[in-house]
Amino acid sequence: MGVEGSVIFEKQPRENLRSVQSVISVEGLTRVFGQDPERALKLRRSGRSKDEIHEETGNTLALYNVSFEIVPGEIFVLMGLSGSGKSTLLRCINRLIEPTGGKILIGGRDIVSMDPEELRMVRRCKLGMIFQNFALLPHRTVLDNVTFGLEVQGIPEDERYQKGNELLRMVGLGDYGASMPIHLSGGMKQRVGLARALAGDPEILLMDEAFSALDPLIRREMQDELLDLQRRLNRTIIFVTHDLDEALKLGDRIALMRDGEIIQIGTPEEILTRPEDAYIERFVAGVDMTKVLSASDVMHHPGPVAQCTAGTKVALHLMKEHDVENVFVVGHERRFRGLVTFDDVLEAIRAGRELEEIVITDVPSVAPDATLSDIISLIVGGPYPVAVVDDRGRLRGFISQSAILGALARNGERSRAVA
Amino acid sequence: MERDLVQLPKLPVGDIIVAFVDWIEQYFGWLLDGISAVLGFLIGGLQDLLLAVPAPILTLIAAALVWVVTRRDIKLAGLTALGLLLIWDLHLWNLAMLTLALVLVSTIVALAISIPLGIAAAGNDTINAALRPILDFMQTMPPFVYLIPAVIFFGLGNVPGTIATVVFAMPPALRLTNLGIRQVPIELIEVADAFGSTPQQKLFKVQLPVALPTIMAGVNQCIMLALSMTVIASMIGAGGLGYQVLVGIQRVNIGMGFEAGLAIVIIAIILDRITQSLMPRYYERQ
Repeated sequence: MGVEGSVIFEKQPRENLRSVQSVISVEGLTRVFGQDPERALKLRRSGRSKDEIHEETGNTLALYNVSFEIVPGEIFVLMGLSGSGKSTLLRCINRLIEPTGGKILIGGRDIVSMDPEELRMVRRCKLGMIFQNFALLPHRTVLDNVTFGLEVQGIPEDERYQKGNELLRMVGLGDYGASMPIHLSGGMKQRVGLARALAGDPEILLMDEAFSALDPLIRREMQDELLDLQRRLNRTIIFVTHDLDEALKLGDRIALMRDGEIIQIGTPEEILTRPEDAYIERFVAGVDMTKVLSASDVMHHPGPVAQCTAGTKVALHLMKEHDVENVFVVGHERRFRGLVTFDDVLEAIRAGRELEEIVITDVPSVAPDATLSDIISLIVGGPYPVAVVDDRGRLRGFISQSAILGALARNGERSRAVA
Repeated sequence: MERDLVQLPKLPVGDIIVAFVDWIEQYFGWLLDGISAVLGFLIGGLQDLLLAVPAPILTLIAAALVWVVTRRDIKLAGLTALGLLLIWDLHLWNLAMLTLALVLVSTIVALAISIPLGIAAAGNDTINAALRPILDFMQTMPPFVYLIPAVIFFGLGNVPGTIATVVFAMPPALRLTNLGIRQVPIELIEVADAFGSTPQQKLFKVQLPVALPTIMAGVNQCIMLALSMTVIASMIGAGGLGYQVLVGIQRVNIGMGFEAGLAIVIIAIILDRITQSLMPRYYERQ
């Protein structure tokens, strides 16, 4: 078996998603709260700001000329401060709030022009919603809450209970079907909310600040679970939040909103590295990069690796050729085994020992999605680089002290530039 | 004597009312007769039903009912039995059963009108705005005044007493139904809409159940007001314990008036506890 060269990384290009046909397409969506929407819109077209319009007409321009497309299977985050129109936008998508103008195409059909009966069908079959304060019906058991949407559709009891129990097991509340909502904790309530939204098998999940009412620990747990669930169920999710860390963690793409308009749409990386205006720069300035950047963002490709069946001379040759002091050792299918140092290899050649006998196995290793803040403690003071190993045990890359310092330095520059 | 400086011509309010009453009697007499017959039948039927059961057995049934609805509150069940036995012992049983029949019929009629109107008022601001002054009028009017139209249209007896009681007991139930539905959190209304409920499903599966504790408070108020009206209604010939109190006052028979009054209080407490226990408890932690 020969020596493998460096690995070419199969990072999923997100751009590919956009060529797929969109699930939701919003065109020129506008919403005015107040008596005289026409006048408010006229003022906006003549260049007045939201505040000026409110002062002059008493009308609130909650959304103005919002357009975007969402592709199947993506988590699309609407982010902005309170009053930026993100919740209004979300509620326009299932028409809990009636748009003043514009189009919202769901599966190619304009929801804005639907009659009540058609709208009900779309709400029942295509859209699920999760609310900030859980919004469980207090008079119904957990199971009856989960199956509310199915009950409204007229699905017989045994069928909907079967589905409801299945969903409760999926969100880890299999034993709580008969409980009343008041006896659940916040995190449990939102799991019920999630199960309820999924009961109708909707293509699209609308999540309105779904985790904002939870305490930080539970919140992180729910975020991880949502990502995990999304990997299995692959729905299209529109997630509203005011929390940038949450947006960066969950979003495939993020739309930043201000004063009822979208000012930038991009992947988390694009938002962070190429903020389109000063407002977004200020918004992202407070981000702690050590919590945002993950191991896969800063790691180097493994470079030369030695198969554990290869001889010590091969390892020596690799290190000499690449001018490094140690080399990672992998087994079958690039499963991570450990590392050998230059000195040990020389010593082993002299003593005639095998490569496997000198592999140092207690090299620190992390998962690709580990955050920088987790890695720093491992790398500081340790003599070896940290290995990045995926969930199947394969070596994906490594992180040296210099890689961490480089990432932190870039972060520092960015904060200074903004200040 | 002081003399008025200007003699205002007296407006013929009284004459107009008389003409109006005549007009109603002429064209709606059949309706009044119909209402009278139905109410008379309900009251008489319920009274007969209550009296058909021997007092000790009805006492046991009432105690058992209290025991069930209060989730096995043995003390309250015992007090219920004792209270009813006291009424029996005071030879007020027949009168008490008539009062109970009057109160229950009045309450049922009042709720049959006020809850649907409350629902309508909650769903429609125009109806709400139109009802509000009427309700204010009904609640500020001294209850004695209700007796006059009741007597004019229905004569003397149990039926006009029930009509006056219905008018008196209705407003709180209507207001609390309206309030309860309007106070349903907006997120729960959004849940109903977002999952594709029809307006009827939204009303029966979300709005009414969530508003139920408030609506039940209205029902309780309605019953209590109906009971408090029994003495007043006896002035236009409604029978029962109220009439006994009235006779006690007229004859300055303190003992007789007090005994009947005590019986009313016992019935009030029992009805109050039963309706309070029927209030849903899903907001309470165990």
